[in-house]
Amino acid sequence: MKIDPEKCVACGNCTYVCPMGAIYIDPVVKRATVNRDECVECYACYNGLSQEHLNPTLVRTMRKVFQMMRLRFDPEPDVCPTAAFAPEELTWPRVVRRAFSDPRVPHESTGVEGRGTEEVKTNDVSGRVNVGEVGFTIEFGRPGVGVWMREIQEMSGQLARAGVAFEKKNPITSLMSDVPTGAIRPDILNEKVLSAILEIKVPVARTEEIIRLVWEVEKRLETVVAIGVGTRCDPDGEDRTVAPILERLGYKLERAKTNMGLGRITNSAPDVRPAEGARR
Amino acid sequence: MTNTLHRYGDAESFRDDYVVFAICSRGKNDEESVPKLRRFLEMALPFQPVNLGDARHGGALRPSKSVNPMSHWKRDMQPDFQAVIDGLDTPTTAAAVFDNRAAAEDFVKSVKAADLGLSVNISTSIEGAEQCCHEADICRHSVGYSLGFEGKTGHLPNEDVLQLSTMCGHGMVSSSFAKKMVDWVKEGRRTPEEAVTYLSRFCSCGVFNPSRAKRILEDARKRTR
Repeated sequence: MKIDPEKCVACGNCTYVCPMGAIYIDPVVKRATVNRDECVECYACYNGLSQEHLNPTLVRTMRKVFQMMRLRFDPEPDVCPTAAFAPEELTWPRVVRRAFSDPRVPHESTGVEGRGTEEVKTNDVSGRVNVGEVGFTIEFGRPGVGVWMREIQEMSGQLARAGVAFEKKNPITSLMSDVPTGAIRPDILNEKVLSAILEIKVPVARTEEIIRLVWEVEKRLETVVAIGVGTRCDPDGEDRTVAPILERLGYKLERAKTNMGLGRITNSAPDVRPAEGARR
Repeated sequence: MTNTLHRYGDAESFRDDYVVFAICSRGKNDEESVPKLRRFLEMALPFQPVNLGDARHGGALRPSKSVNPMSHWKRDMQPDFQAVIDGLDTPTTAAAVFDNRAAAEDFVKSVKAADLGLSVNISTSIEGAEQCCHEADICRHSVGYSLGFEGKTGHLPNEDVLQLSTMCGHGMVSSSFAKKMVDWVKEGRRTPEEAVTYLSRFCSCGVFNPSRAKRILEDARKRTR
């Protein structure tokens, strides 16, 4: 993302709305400036700020006058008064930043907007996580911290050494140069993204082992981690297996998303045979 | 995409936060899914949602690419639910957000009866979801638990800000902006209602809960941290 210095009036609104805090007013040029190392190309500034198209010279003059009179100009905080943001053509490997950071850009590998896949949200039709299995989503960087691809590789490498399989349709998996070892393409390791998710599936019996592994690796990372644990409920809609394990590990379970099982396969020619547990 | 799962707060703080969303699975039930997703959103209207959204185009309050300068004094603060419904034009995730359990329960009953064939999920406290399913006579198929944030949590902001910013699970509501809105409400520069509309416009999939956000801002106004 770039900010047109001819248009920018250094109002500072954009410095707050950047999720990574990567925009600042440069005291030398007196314009908003993007820290390109920290910018993850999420487009929150460009997509989220409403845009006015005021004359920059007029706005700068007014701001100077107000400043001299010690008057506080009080504009709407979610507006760029001169529409100064200018998206740039992103090339490889920087384009990876946007793919994982701008939720409106679907990953080609999944067709899903965002950083992950359908996971248990469509489990009633995909049958991805069956009885006796646990699906993990291990998310890095959110909220507002960001993560370098090399940090994700630290985790994926350890998980691979533990012998787990990565979800094939996950965007991170699609960027691995060697899936069995969890190695991510070397040319993107120095790219930073807003967040990314590793997805794995293991037998229920390995739940505690995987969580302890994540705890060990996350100590070495400079970011935050959010674990999601998905499981298939019993026929009566209860989960008597996984929740007790998580509680025994010290987690107080507050929030969950619940798949109500209302979905069914309706396509005239489904692309794959329905998995066990999927509804037709 | 775990965009509604990792909202920050304890179960009690989700008493006014019920996100019900419909999603189709690529290659399995995505054919002819757009009218079904629209129908899903239309069915929410009688139950007075506080937000509607589609993951591709956003929620009921959206930024404008050509704001009139007069808007600084007279901003349109009303959500446009019909625009969300009309704008949904591709298989995606459609979400309806409610601020009370009764509305969520009634909506879930209505969705079950409509038998759209789409996967439908509810994201809220575990107990709240169980209650909604129970009232609609639904056996939960699968559940995805949030284990919260761990790792270098020292990078995270305070609880009020975190509760606000994580209501856009895609991270488009920045912590700095949420903090700014808390401060502006404290200063009396903006009302909680106004602050909430600014925050809502950044959520790119429409799952931001303006009602819960208003309550958080009201509570934060008197807090000392």
